Amino acid sequence: MSEFKTLTKQGLWENNPALVQLLGLCPLLAVTASVTNALGLGLATLFVLIGSNITVSLVRQWVPQEIRIPVFVMVIATFVTIIQLLMNAYVYQLYQTLGIFIPLIVTNCAIIGRAEAYASKNKWNYAAVDGLMMGLGFAAVLVVLGGLREVLGNGTLFDGAELLLGEWAKQLRIELFSLDYPLLLAILPPGAFIGMGFIIAIKNRIDAKRAQLHKTEKTVTRARVTAES
Amino acid sequence: MSFKVAAAPHGHSQKKTNQVMAWVVFALIPGVLIQSYFFGWGVWFQILIAVSVAYLSESICVWARERSARQALRDNTALVTAVLLAISIPPLAPWWIIVIGTLFSIVVVKQVYGGMGQNIFNPAMAGYVLLLISFPVQMTHWLPAAPIAPYDLGIWQTLHTIIFEYTPSGYDVEQLRTTIDGISMATPLDGVKTALDQGQILAEAYQQPMMASLAGIGWQWLNLGFLLGGAILLQQRVIRWHIPVGFLAGLLIPSFLAHIFAPSVMPGPVFHALSGATMLGAFFIATDPVSAATSDRGRLLFGLLIGVLVWIIRTWGGYPDAVAFAVLLANLCVPIIDRYTRPTVYGHHVGAKHDTE
Repeated sequence: MSEFKTLTKQGLWENNPALVQLLGLCPLLAVTASVTNALGLGLATLFVLIGSNITVSLVRQWVPQEIRIPVFVMVIATFVTIIQLLMNAYVYQLYQTLGIFIPLIVTNCAIIGRAEAYASKNKWNYAAVDGLMMGLGFAAVLVVLGGLREVLGNGTLFDGAELLLGEWAKQLRIELFSLDYPLLLAILPPGAFIGMGFIIAIKNRIDAKRAQLHKTEKTVTRARVTAES
Repeated sequence: MSFKVAAAPHGHSQKKTNQVMAWVVFALIPGVLIQSYFFGWGVWFQILIAVSVAYLSESICVWARERSARQALRDNTALVTAVLLAISIPPLAPWWIIVIGTLFSIVVVKQVYGGMGQNIFNPAMAGYVLLLISFPVQMTHWLPAAPIAPYDLGIWQTLHTIIFEYTPSGYDVEQLRTTIDGISMATPLDGVKTALDQGQILAEAYQQPMMASLAGIGWQWLNLGFLLGGAILLQQRVIRWHIPVGFLAGLLIPSFLAHIFAPSVMPGPVFHALSGATMLGAFFIATDPVSAATSDRGRLLFGLLIGVLVWIIRTWGGYPDAVAFAVLLANLCVPIIDRYTRPTVYGHHVGAKHDTE
């Protein structure tokens, strides 16, 4: 149980692939112009990550050390092909919007990084949880960044969600404010970099605050103990 | 009697940062006066808004970073950034343009990087680029200069336009730019570029109504005004000659050569020197001591790079003027320039200068 807890904490916060490892930035920055796109790519990456982690973990005994990277890439490519065909079949418009970035999941360093660093050394159930948590962490950052950019650049949230979730999702669309002149920069690539920088800065700030909190607590207890004894 | 031991250099300027920056603002006055003569009262309102927003946001940032607010506000750097940005944008741009630009300049480009002296980009130009790529329509709506302007706006009308985006009599900025013939008047750089793109030759492009003998009506005097201000800065030793000379050489030599080889399609050096933001860029923007290169040779190279980039972007780029983009690109190159132009320490070999690392 403790291992699962550690994996959750690592994937979602402490070792978040997007905020701490800074892996997979290419799709992260390219498709997060809206929440829908971000969510679509986040889910696709999550699926690939879980699948590849489980498979790599199951075959890890039979893969020779020397050719492990090509094998991992083949495994990942297989899952990417599956998700690509599925998206082509069921969410065709989103598939077209995301375009080249779905096949490019193969080259997402976060996935091969997990295969190499964790799945190839651990049992399949741990590897699955690791993939799930890392994927969720990645998808969460994608959605937050997508939301930020969509609000700033378009004034809406969940615009076009029906492309991903079906007709009912049209009601999800929230129009926060309507702009005569949207802040184009937020939608353009520089907005992704600037927004990403701010999200990382906020995370570091929270971590620093928490570390400070822990530190002061410790010194306080120690001081009291010394005073009493 | 006390003998203070001080480190070299011993003969240095006594000017403090706030005095240097005050001189920069002072030297901008001729240019701003000319701009307000040709392009109306708008520039004063823009400066007013920009300076207020800059000081407000700077105080909030400095307070949030737990630094001495008094020191940060007294060094006048926010003032220079705000004024430079305010005179770069069209005088009738809506108020939120200058507010967003100044906020970005001060908060993101300056304070997030660590405040005064730490920013790697020129704050005013980064703010300008943000505005230009986000709001291209408002940022390119320059009115024709006063002698050829179809409407003459008073103070109240200008203020009304900046706040509500149309004059009290209901004209918006697009209509104000439109002449009796129904053709909206472009800036000289834009007009010449469009004409050349349409296959006209230079002589035809110069026939347009906004052109004067040297460059555009109004714009040539504006640039001469900033040249005068630059001369004041040089005379006061607030800036050194390397960056402006490099900038102008990088812009004028290629345009001169191109004009000789293709006189019908390539505007000559005089047009380039007196159009757009050339002089403002050469003497006031590129010379920002924080984001420019540090050694003399490095500054010359830095200026040269900006000048060449301005010429390239003006000639083949998508935007009519290019000073802001060129300055930001050159800011990016500063670490490399500094590395390869480090002066040799006295007593060391020329070849051994990298050994010290």
